[in-house]
Amino acid sequence: MNGGQDLGGTHGHGPVKPEANEPVFHAEWEKRAFALTLAMGMPGGWNIDMSRFARENRPPAEYLSMSYYQIWFAALEHMIKERGLVSEDEINSGHSLHAPKPVKRILSPGDVEKTLHRGGPTERDTNTAAVFKPGDKVRAKNINPLTHTRLPRYVRGHTGIIERVIGCHVFPDSNATGAGEDPQWLYTVRFDGRELWGADGDATVKVSIDAWEPYLEPA
Amino acid sequence: MSGHDHDHHDHDHSELSATQLRVRALETVLTEKGYVDPAALDLLIETYEKKVGPRNGARVVAKAWADPAFRTRLLKDATPAIAEIGYAGRQGEHIVVLENTPKLHNMVVCTLCSCYPWPVLGLPPVWYKSAPYRSRAVADPRGVLADFGVTLPKDTEIRIWDSTAEIRYLVLPMRPKGTEGWSEEKLADLVTRDSMIGTGLPKQPADIAK
Repeated sequence: MNGGQDLGGTHGHGPVKPEANEPVFHAEWEKRAFALTLAMGMPGGWNIDMSRFARENRPPAEYLSMSYYQIWFAALEHMIKERGLVSEDEINSGHSLHAPKPVKRILSPGDVEKTLHRGGPTERDTNTAAVFKPGDKVRAKNINPLTHTRLPRYVRGHTGIIERVIGCHVFPDSNATGAGEDPQWLYTVRFDGRELWGADGDATVKVSIDAWEPYLEPA
Repeated sequence: MSGHDHDHHDHDHSELSATQLRVRALETVLTEKGYVDPAALDLLIETYEKKVGPRNGARVVAKAWADPAFRTRLLKDATPAIAEIGYAGRQGEHIVVLENTPKLHNMVVCTLCSCYPWPVLGLPPVWYKSAPYRSRAVADPRGVLADFGVTLPKDTEIRIWDSTAEIRYLVLPMRPKGTEGWSEEKLADLVTRDSMIGTGLPKQPADIAK
């Protein structure tokens, strides 16, 4: 979606402000919101692409004025309500008011370390051959889906070079909607700064994205 | 997204406490329903507050500086090389290491969200997830570097890696001069978090002699 999250090349956000000796979390609630989000992935049954969509799918003005963990928390609320795991009256009362829905698994303390260590690899076996090879000239397609995509607006319609064939990976555009993993070949595609930004670009800059095959066409 | 300025007005304070109450309420509901175990939440928090952080990445970089065979393995296929030191897993399932040279400076961003190599750098700082960084890193990297007090030679090529997939990037900065014969442990003290993102450079020996 062309939402508030797709920030590459947008103006007016001001300077980057690094914080000296920054703590990992800035408030107790941030820790809990972070941990709840990770832990609920198991009983909630959503995938990473669904959770990214739940975060970005809100009015841009709202997205840009919320802090990072406020966005995470809002997305968590949305996903658990959508799945009927919790209802608004329960959050308002601060207690469970309805019988819990059966869930497959929950994250037990004994499983935390191995679950984090395992992570969620996205590379998949495939019988198909990659269409592009390193050095090929490609154009990022001009797509504008209302649903989740990982093709940022600032490269759409622009021409780049395939730098690396990464492998066959879960396709977020499909995975985010619940339509399945639909693994696709993934490439690192390199663009010249001037190709992306015209005369306002820096000729010494090159930018790459990682792009799935359906995002690309020969150029 | 708004950052964490420290000049919150009363308005922000009340909003924050509303969020705080709501998070607490939701945790209670989820616990009562048996969907989460608070002890697991504590462990998740402890992991990223105490165990996993940029010190991990600094060890990887220092080893690459000190051990040429490791450096070769790291640049060829970083995920198993980094797993040799024990770092692996969530948000680091597919790691690629980018080597800086006198002619090439690498810098990593996620314009679409906040993708970051957790097993080696921990959770990202607020600025990395903020709109100013995500918007400008791809269009005006020299301007962004200036915000960090970093100026590169005009002819240095700058390469921006936008983490749009599940590949996570770690920058291997150049080893500072005057560190010949240093142990990996001492070398790791020179490696800053920002030097592994590409928004900073490693410390110089004089910086840690102070």
